[in-house]
Amino acid sequence: MRKSVYRTTVACVALMAAMAAPRQASAQGPQARGVDLSGEWAPRFHEDQPERIPGPEIGDYLGLPINAAARLHADSWDASLLTLPEHQCKPHPADYSPRGPANLRLWKEIDTASQNIIAWHTHISWQAPERTIWMDGRPHPPDYAAHTWQGFSTGRWEGDMLTVTTTHFKLGWIRRNGVPRSDAGTLVEHFLRHGNVLTLVSWINDPVYLDEPFVRTTNWELDPHQNIAPYPCQIVVEVDRPQGVVPHHLPGTNNFLNEFPVKYNLPAEAARGGAETMYPEYQLKLQAMQKAAGK
Amino acid sequence: MCVLAAAGGVVAMLGLLAHPQAQQANPAQTNAGRGQAGRGQQPAGQPTQGRGGRPQNLDNAEVHVLPVQGNVYMLVGGGGNVTIQIGDDGVLLVDTSFPQLSDKILAEIRKLSTKPIRYIVNTHVHDDHVGGNENLGKRGNTIAGGNVGNDAPTGATIIAHENVLNRMSAPTGTQAPFPVAAWPTDTYFTKQKEVFFNNEAVVIMHQPAAHTDGDSIVYFRRSDVVSTGDIFVTTSYPIIDQARGGSITGIIKSLNYLLDLAIPKDKQEGGTYIIPGHGRLCDEADLLEYRDMVTIIRDRIEDLIKKGRTLEQVKAAKPTLDYDGRYGTTTGFWTTDMFIEAVYKDLSGKK
Repeated sequence: MRKSVYRTTVACVALMAAMAAPRQASAQGPQARGVDLSGEWAPRFHEDQPERIPGPEIGDYLGLPINAAARLHADSWDASLLTLPEHQCKPHPADYSPRGPANLRLWKEIDTASQNIIAWHTHISWQAPERTIWMDGRPHPPDYAAHTWQGFSTGRWEGDMLTVTTTHFKLGWIRRNGVPRSDAGTLVEHFLRHGNVLTLVSWINDPVYLDEPFVRTTNWELDPHQNIAPYPCQIVVEVDRPQGVVPHHLPGTNNFLNEFPVKYNLPAEAARGGAETMYPEYQLKLQAMQKAAGK
Repeated sequence: MCVLAAAGGVVAMLGLLAHPQAQQANPAQTNAGRGQAGRGQQPAGQPTQGRGGRPQNLDNAEVHVLPVQGNVYMLVGGGGNVTIQIGDDGVLLVDTSFPQLSDKILAEIRKLSTKPIRYIVNTHVHDDHVGGNENLGKRGNTIAGGNVGNDAPTGATIIAHENVLNRMSAPTGTQAPFPVAAWPTDTYFTKQKEVFFNNEAVVIMHQPAAHTDGDSIVYFRRSDVVSTGDIFVTTSYPIIDQARGGSITGIIKSLNYLLDLAIPKDKQEGGTYIIPGHGRLCDEADLLEYRDMVTIIRDRIEDLIKKGRTLEQVKAAKPTLDYDGRYGTTTGFWTTDMFIEAVYKDLSGKK
């Protein structure tokens, strides 16, 4: 019950934020400082734990507003891809990083003279990605600038909520089973602090692979004793292959795709995802499908 | 099922109301190399049409310079990307874009350096890359000895693979596609050519039968920047100019070679920077995804050919579906169908 009330509260706050969100970043005066988000934050995995820690099952696209292109991309994805040297040390992009083993450090950069916040910085434990959220009203880079794993972020206070807009991502993923997010994707985030709990509401928009924005929430709890360890990554030859081999499944040949719906007794259609599968109403359709199948 | 409960729960409340920012892509991102945005804005080379396919009106084209690292800058806008290397010795350009943009390009160069343009390196023959050779070349100077001397009005040295010269010129008595003043003045036919300029080694490496048969990539060793020409673009599927000796096999081989050349910094980011023929500045991770994409599509089409599928059947199978939103187009001079057709012909041996 408490969880339900909490979720409703978060959703309502996010709703207000959505309605009030600015269209572009601009410099804010010293009065707009919001709440202090600084500190060491320990991740809480009560939400989506099976996907986030053990990792998602192959072929589980349930609840993702993906299109046919994303589905084919994920169907073709072979985990052996990650054995290629150039793929081994990729960090999670900013829109996925909070979902992994995400011990989080947040700190602010302050202009000495004005005491205005110039930027917020984040550091996350897995692969140690660091990120800057600019608060000084600077524009996003031009379209020909390089893209990065963390993208380019600007932030703005809306009351005590920090709203962040990120562009210039590299091609990334929204689920660790090959479901892609393109480099044209953008991210809008809302950081909300409730005492010792930090909630992040994130919106991913991707004209290439998503039919609707993909929204999720992630939580942390303040943990002053947290010390994040370094995360060095050393590339090694895991499989000796001829140059140029890219592991992937040809269309129609990925035999692992059926394992997820079979394991959880779901209609195969549901596992294929799509915007429809995000909404609570889809559970009614699921029940109808299962009833029709005599399950 | 957690997703239904968590994401679905929030989305159920929020999804029906358009999120102002989520629904409206950031202006900077809208053109960030995605397929739709790239379409119709600028061509990425001309596979078969000589000087056809260029933008109809370049009068309003803007050119911009982006510092890359070390001595190297990337100039974008209108035509193919131009790489600028500056230093005490002068200015070296990789490609020269369209001739209509020469004044604007020169103005941007002059903001970086007052030194003469000494070298122009052409990555390949298409006029969105060599079109400004004449205009920019004649405003440069080659350091020459003997009776010619330093800063004699000889124009910049124009370096290219010999196949570029062969295709820009013509036998005596026939009309050459480009004026003599635009032709390369210093060609090579070996694996690579080396120049030491502005205190760094510049390695010009031939890539056989890739985008064309005269492709060069240019590696600035000290700055750690590679200029690829149209072997690598972020705005479209690879453009395979089969009429000028290009091939999908050569493209992939060259992309793999570029991957070997590039070394990223920590977190698979930065390190060696890569200036594509068209589109945004990249590093190894971006090149990697492009190489993966091209290889996967090649594998799919090859598999369909082995199964005896015709070209039309291959197109109907949509072997590029998962990348079309990013790189594909149904209009313009290099459509997705044309790309599939080029790969099919190359792999099947059917012309």
